[in-house]
Amino acid sequence: MSTHLRTPLKNARGLGSAKSGVSHWVVQRLTALALVVLGVWFTILVLNLLHADYFTARATIGQPLNAIFMTAFVVALFWHTQLGLQVVIEDYIHTRWLEVFLQIVIKFLCLFGALASIFSITHIALRP
Amino acid sequence: MLQTARPLSPHLSIYRWQIQMVSSILHRATGVFLALGSILLCIGLLALDAGVESFATLQKFTGSWLGLLLLVGWTWSFCYHLLNGLRHLSLDAGWGFQISQFVCSGWIAVCSSLLLTLAIWIYVFMQGGHA
Repeated sequence: MSTHLRTPLKNARGLGSAKSGVSHWVVQRLTALALVVLGVWFTILVLNLLHADYFTARATIGQPLNAIFMTAFVVALFWHTQLGLQVVIEDYIHTRWLEVFLQIVIKFLCLFGALASIFSITHIALRP
Repeated sequence: MLQTARPLSPHLSIYRWQIQMVSSILHRATGVFLALGSILLCIGLLALDAGVESFATLQKFTGSWLGLLLLVGWTWSFCYHLLNGLRHLSLDAGWGFQISQFVCSGWIAVCSSLLLTLAIWIYVFMQGGHA
């Protein structure tokens, strides 16, 4: 261990804060709250479709109310996932280039996952 | 970018295991595992849209032993992350900060997540299994 034990605060001073920490915190809680309701709804939906055939499953997901709830669920889910994984990477990945690389990859993957899911739900709902 | 050589969290090697840290670590671990589960959800929706054959292929995977193992893992991860998440939200609201309350709610989250998982899978197998 080096004898250089100066606090990182000294390096941070003058750089200013990123000023988006509170919004991250708030959105993580809001999506969590939404996922409490939507997650339970999704679990019940899947259990109800346990032995349904393909066409029943497709028709069920395609019903307007289910399609709307499903869209809300995937939006909240992938948003919450991105925020959560961001914190995990910030905490445990200490190699700067890898940290930045992973943050970008996670953001793109979560956005892609949400968009692909929304596209599928919409397509199913419009062409039952 | 490491600024100093001071030891970084998590200091797992010097801690005695206790419910406070277990509940915290499990929340993160189940969160990361559930993130992987979101891939299955996305693939499931794409397959449901693509047609009967695609969906049958997916069902073949979820019906396998590996599929069963993953589904049970995701069920428990979801139950735990949900219950401990509610615990976190109540802490954010300022409730349950006394050490005794915090320890108690941690055990409740861990134990009831296992019971809930058991209940869900008993229901599934009473309905004739997951496949």
